[in-house]
Amino acid sequence: MSRHAFYIWGAYGVTFVLLALEVYMLLKRKRETKT
Amino acid sequence: MTTDSIKWFGYSSPQTFFPLAGRIARICAVLAVVFGVAGLYTGLFVAPTDATQGEVYRVIFIHVPAAWMSMFLYVVMAFWAAVGLSFNTRLSFLMARALAPTGALFTFIALWTGSLWGKPTWGTWWVWDARLTSELILLFLYFGFIALQASIDERRRADRAGAVLAIVGVVNIPIIYYSVKWWNTLHQGASVSFTKAPSMAATMFTGMILMALCFWMYSIAVALTRVRCEIAENP
Repeated sequence: MSRHAFYIWGAYGVTFVLLALEVYMLLKRKRETKT
Repeated sequence: MTTDSIKWFGYSSPQTFFPLAGRIARICAVLAVVFGVAGLYTGLFVAPTDATQGEVYRVIFIHVPAAWMSMFLYVVMAFWAAVGLSFNTRLSFLMARALAPTGALFTFIALWTGSLWGKPTWGTWWVWDARLTSELILLFLYFGFIALQASIDERRRADRAGAVLAIVGVVNIPIIYYSVKWWNTLHQGASVSFTKAPSMAATMFTGMILMALCFWMYSIAVALTRVRCEIAENP
């Protein structure tokens, strides 16, 4: 995997960071809505 | 009209839908984690190395499900926009509004992962071929929908304007899907279709379907949570 590691982990890493960011922002909005 | 059908119509009221959306979102969030863990395990550890592409093909387990979701979410968004425009139902517009950011996110992920897959296999990050260009137009349609709604202060007018854009833009979906058939493209044809058996190993196919289910459940959970925020903010 080493030869293509940058491409594979670049794809998986950015995907999960973006999904996690969306969840974080949504949960923050949800908390702010409740308060 | 039966009692059951009246109950279903009752859920078209945002206040009645609010607790139901919370329950469905929680179930879908759990399913997204389950499918995600199973899909990643299958894709990264069980599926064999591809004979021609080597390990880099494993981007497929993110790229293809994300591309499916980008198109599917747009169709669902346009559907709710059309329902809202036809029946003037607030919840339909809320659904369309809630789906747009997640749809845009999956479109970006499809483009990003496609680019990272394209470089080692095609020798380039990007080409202006029909599939890639029409997918980029989809991203701009999502951005246009979000920006248009944000730019109009009056909520009803914003919803109606966004709905028209969403419905007109749906013409781009068959163009994306059939672009690899209608034009000569660098992008490969569909590996999975409704009419043919998949042209890949069973474990590869299973991993891809599990990741697609993960993204599907994730989208439902996130969109319903966003609808709940919208309802709570504008009761």
